Amino acid sequence: MTNAPAWLSNSFIYLSAAVVAVPLAKKLGLGSIIGYLAAGIGIGPWGLGLVTNVQDILHFAEFGVVLMLFLVGLELEPTRLWNLRRPIYGWGSAQVLGCAGLLTGAAMAFGVGWQTSLVAGLGLALSSTAIALQTMGERNLMPTSSGQAGFSILLFQDVAAIPILALLPLLGAVVGENEAIAHSNRALEAIKIIAVIGGIILGGRLLLRPLLRWIANSGTPEIFTAASLLLVVGIAALMQLVGLSMALGAFLAGVLLAESEYRRELETDIEPFKGLLLGLFFIAVGMSIDFGVLMKSPGLMAVILLGFLSLKLALIYGLATLMKLPYQERPVFALLLAQGGEFAFVVFQAAAGAQVFAPETASLLIGAVALSMLVSPLLLLAIDKLLLPRYANCNTPQLEEISEQQEAPIIIAGFGRYGQIVGRMLLAQGIGATVLEHDADMVETVRAFGYRVFYGDATRLDLLRTAGAASAKILVLSVDDMEQSLKIVDLVNEHFPHLQIVARARDVTHWNALRDRGVMRVEREVFESSLRSARTVLELLGQPPHEARQTAMRFRQHNLELFEQMYPHRKDRSKLIAVATRGRLQLEEQMAQERAQLARRRPRHWHD
Amino acid sequence: MTANQTTPKTADTDIYVIAAHPSWRESRVNRPLMQAAQALPRVQVQDLYSSYPDYAIDVAREQTALARAQLVVLLHPIQWYSMPALQKLWLDDVLTYGWAYGEGGNALQGKDLWLVATTGGPETSYHPQGYNRYFFDAFLPAYEQSVVVCGMRFLPPLVLHGAHRVGKEAVAQHIETFRQRLQSYPAWPELDELEQCPACLVPMTDRPVEHHETASIEASVGAP
Repeated sequence: MTNAPAWLSNSFIYLSAAVVAVPLAKKLGLGSIIGYLAAGIGIGPWGLGLVTNVQDILHFAEFGVVLMLFLVGLELEPTRLWNLRRPIYGWGSAQVLGCAGLLTGAAMAFGVGWQTSLVAGLGLALSSTAIALQTMGERNLMPTSSGQAGFSILLFQDVAAIPILALLPLLGAVVGENEAIAHSNRALEAIKIIAVIGGIILGGRLLLRPLLRWIANSGTPEIFTAASLLLVVGIAALMQLVGLSMALGAFLAGVLLAESEYRRELETDIEPFKGLLLGLFFIAVGMSIDFGVLMKSPGLMAVILLGFLSLKLALIYGLATLMKLPYQERPVFALLLAQGGEFAFVVFQAAAGAQVFAPETASLLIGAVALSMLVSPLLLLAIDKLLLPRYANCNTPQLEEISEQQEAPIIIAGFGRYGQIVGRMLLAQGIGATVLEHDADMVETVRAFGYRVFYGDATRLDLLRTAGAASAKILVLSVDDMEQSLKIVDLVNEHFPHLQIVARARDVTHWNALRDRGVMRVEREVFESSLRSARTVLELLGQPPHEARQTAMRFRQHNLELFEQMYPHRKDRSKLIAVATRGRLQLEEQMAQERAQLARRRPRHWHD
Repeated sequence: MTANQTTPKTADTDIYVIAAHPSWRESRVNRPLMQAAQALPRVQVQDLYSSYPDYAIDVAREQTALARAQLVVLLHPIQWYSMPALQKLWLDDVLTYGWAYGEGGNALQGKDLWLVATTGGPETSYHPQGYNRYFFDAFLPAYEQSVVVCGMRFLPPLVLHGAHRVGKEAVAQHIETFRQRLQSYPAWPELDELEQCPACLVPMTDRPVEHHETASIEASVGAP
């Protein structure tokens, strides 16, 4: 290994540490984050000492967080973001200012200088976007009310980090030296910031889509991947240039592309990079835990760690109560926002650089933050194992406690007006079904009525798998979009051929397309209800209800047979029309004959 | 797209078994009986409630199956001293005037019909002193005459009483009897002693009135 270049041996070390530690942690039920952190501790300077340039790696891996926010943005259309404006500013500022104030006050009460207290308070008030979003993603919490609230607060923190960083030089010992310069610069900076954000929004609206289309049309998939990455890197660099949060810029770009037709391609292209870099980021956090400081003053470290965690927990739990979050969701919500975040690393290092406090203080605080990142997944586990089961036993209406793997024998994809009827009838029979719905508003609505519905796009293989497609028997395919419906069929045929599909067809084209894919149990979505209406018309005309029913049944049977006859000719329009016309004439003739027969027998007929 | 619940083989079948049970999951005799019939090559089985869960009987299909068969078997539990509702609807819809009976209605002439039934009550209950108050035979004339009016012979029924409680061995034996009978048909010893069926022609005058203003709808509907 001595002759291998550093990047090669380093990659080997990281990858093998991750490959060993993460599956192991998963197996132990600890979650992937702990696995990465443990891998980092293992290979870091305080473990085997295989890697030493921890800070460089940490900076590099922070790009994983940037990619993650880009992906989060992709899932969020501008209108939904706009709907979130109040939680973002309201609850976000409440969390950051509240926590910072509380922590600063506590530190000052212990006799720490106010500058140090303030910086420590502000830094520790921030939370780890990486851990929180990753965990929420793993637990499918994003669509729940606590997920939305948590996400809003994290978004605000990303914005808040900028003024916090700007504040540091003012507090430091170096303050005053170049105040005049700073003043004139500030206006320029503001202009630059506005220009860049405006540029991103404008460019994202007008330029990006045609550009992506042009690249997609070139037909080289790796170039599309390169373009996706380039997009995020470019925006990150721009934001960096004007001193804004890279993650925020990437998020903005994501939101702008959320409505574009390339959303899914971008997602699939960026996803693996995000996963790996985020893993690397957690490894770097693990490596950066300074066990030296910990050994030197374990008591102080414990006080800081426990102190800030418990203060934040208490305050955020209080906020959760104010927000009226379902109380089963409150502990996880509070914990996910209580741990220190990656921004704290930057804040404390910058503070040390600006001589707000000594480097030892910085490494003490950074150590506390890193440890909190290690502790919080463990605490989360404790909540899962100890606290939540007790809630489950309470006799309260339980809101969605989304576990990871679903086992129900039936999966319902699409819980709109069609799927709901199917699902409710099954439910009434006591038959469990896993319901997937991709419309967040619909999820919210039906959840309010107490249905267990998972937010998720059934066209995604991983989600289907999580929904239990491998073990389920039946898939009720009730999504309204024909393209999605067919995509799901293709996925199921390829990966879960044992699943029996019961499908809803929008129209004849859809019906034919489903048949082409071997789906035989298909219902045209308005066929049966139209027949009912036809019956009602006959009844209003005076036909006895039972005869109207018989007529409808016969028409139904005939129509179903006609469909079978037409299917082989679905691609030949003229033949199709010929078959349909012949069929219609046959039926008309047959029914006319029967009517005549009946009329002959019928003494007083009601209508003809 | 009605599910076709008839056994697919049709080429050499001369027995048409119509099995009617509204809740197969509760059946402990009729179901094995049906399965035993399905296993025989000469038998075509129609699972009525599974083929027509919406009570929309395909008359043409049923008449074709009847025309092909020499022996028609009605297999069902006795409900309200008669056949299950869908079986009765089948009679109403399929055995039409001018096809099965009446003027020109001789499609079934000379065929045999065999009732294979179960009852919930034990044999002792079908007794003037039992809770069913009549001997079981007293409930059969409607069956028999329906068959005879179509020009068919009504073979002596095979009945298993107390079907919910009867022992496993008795059930097995019953099924075996049923199977052997289907296999050996028409070489049944008792058939030689059976009287030829009397001819019963229903005149047109007993049918729904055509063109006349006097008859009411109610009186005109249905078989004789």
